Amino acid sequence: MKEVVILSGKGGTGKTSIVGSFAALAQSKVLADCDVDAADLHLLLSPSIKQENEFWSGQVAFIDEEKCTQCGLCQDICRFDAIDDFKVDPISCEGCGFCSHICPVEAITMKESLSGHWFISDTKYGHLVHARLGIAQENSGKLVALVRQHAKEIAERDGLDYIISDGPPGIGCPVISSLSGANLALLVTEPTLSGIHDLERVLDVCHHFGIPALVCVNKYDLNEDNTRQIEDYCLNLGVEVAARVPFDNVVTEALVQGLPVVEYSQGEVTQEIESLWQTLTEALNG
Amino acid sequence: MIISVASGKGGTGKTLVATSLALSLKERDNVQLLDCDVEEPNDHVFMKPTITRSEAVSIPVPSVDEEKCTHCGKCGEVCAYNAIAVTKQKVLIFPELCHGCGACSYLCPEKAISEAANEIGVIEIGYADGVDFGHGKLDIGQAMAPPIIRQVKEHASHEGTVIIDISPGTSCPVVEAIKGSDFCLLVTEPTPFGLNDLVLAVETVRQLDIPCGIVLNRAGVGDEKTEEYCREGNLPILLTIPLDTEIASFYSRGIPLVEGLPQWKSSFLELFDKIKEIVNERSSDTER
Repeated sequence: MKEVVILSGKGGTGKTSIVGSFAALAQSKVLADCDVDAADLHLLLSPSIKQENEFWSGQVAFIDEEKCTQCGLCQDICRFDAIDDFKVDPISCEGCGFCSHICPVEAITMKESLSGHWFISDTKYGHLVHARLGIAQENSGKLVALVRQHAKEIAERDGLDYIISDGPPGIGCPVISSLSGANLALLVTEPTLSGIHDLERVLDVCHHFGIPALVCVNKYDLNEDNTRQIEDYCLNLGVEVAARVPFDNVVTEALVQGLPVVEYSQGEVTQEIESLWQTLTEALNG
Repeated sequence: MIISVASGKGGTGKTLVATSLALSLKERDNVQLLDCDVEEPNDHVFMKPTITRSEAVSIPVPSVDEEKCTHCGKCGEVCAYNAIAVTKQKVLIFPELCHGCGACSYLCPEKAISEAANEIGVIEIGYADGVDFGHGKLDIGQAMAPPIIRQVKEHASHEGTVIIDISPGTSCPVVEAIKGSDFCLLVTEPTPFGLNDLVLAVETVRQLDIPCGIVLNRAGVGDEKTEEYCREGNLPILLTIPLDTEIASFYSRGIPLVEGLPQWKSSFLELFDKIKEIVNERSSDTER
């Protein structure tokens, strides 16, 4: 069983459209949507939810007004400025519990908070594990880890060949949680200076954690000079550019229909994504 | 006034809007642009700022004096992030998990724990073409963006207009960056992905009780549902930018929209006037 995670650094480069197409192309796989705070893969796969679970994580301090003597110690020691006027701002509270330990009259308790939900769904392409982080919640990294763990369990149980994970943008906590221990990262970029800048950073993250990476230049024909710059950059680092996908509005048309683009069009975009999936399977099994 | 530019979905045009709004407004007002997308900051690619000052961002992580330590285990017990493990012989510290709350050092009965700075990123402050500029950069391999965002925001000017560019998503870095804004612009595109993530972003800013308005980018690309949602939810669409290869071309080369196509300046100034009107109305409402 091999796991590939699709990342990009910059958002909106086309990760989810490509993962949706892999869902239709790959035979023996489970899908994981690791972009838990703005999950979109379900919009392409029309899942029917089979199992819904609560994600309890992290804690928030609560001050009992009756016991509180307003001594102010908690406000002084809180490094997240989460206590003001002897009330806790649950959004700023990082759940460290320092205040609850030092309150001289034990007026502060820590309460578990419901931080989101995660789901196991059936789709016509196979199982999908996905999640929804609660609005303004923390611990997205933990929820990502949970999604991956359940995808892995399904893959082991059903003897599946691949776990295909749609990752979040950025390079921080949820990205690290999506990446650690994966067999391969596919980095989807676009030929813009921002895309290149962000690709360099996410590639550095892959190297930092020792995860091999391949690059896909999406909408490569929007600026072919920049595409060449990406290819030169990758060549120097010994990173393979595995696909150049042209810009075509069929990708958005397919999305409006709620379909992976490879099921909607037989054009150049589809051919390129098919060959990309082929390259990925070779890299995963090589 | 602090205006944050957010989106939910990535790649909808936050950077385009933030940089062009700043560059349009500078003729009228003192403007500061703070890029709080510290994982993947991009404003500098367009603004090419001169950096005059940089400062490290670090988290205070525990450091144990093994001579004083009795391995009582108190620090491991109080750490909510599993960043400390105490064995019979040794105290193991995992700095990448530490949030720097300070509980362990304060509560250690032997006073065996001091704090040492663990660098996680950098802040750079400068100016670009008449705009005050600042951004933060998370170090490669580090997980925690919020402390860097907090430190970027400490540089926010108290005069004029501050424009904050926010990372995509709806979780803690986004909340940390938007918090305290007078207004939040949500940049979206008329596709099912754009709409799905816009709904989440709207819920986030409403939870923070910050007024918001929409910039519809790449208009004409997908379907009508995003506009329908805005109409039904009384979300004002304050600016519409069409899907246009010329605009995309300037963007791809790192040229701000209002520099490539100066006729857009008046649209961004109108956008600012609309924001100001909403913010003023709201503050007079609360006074009443």
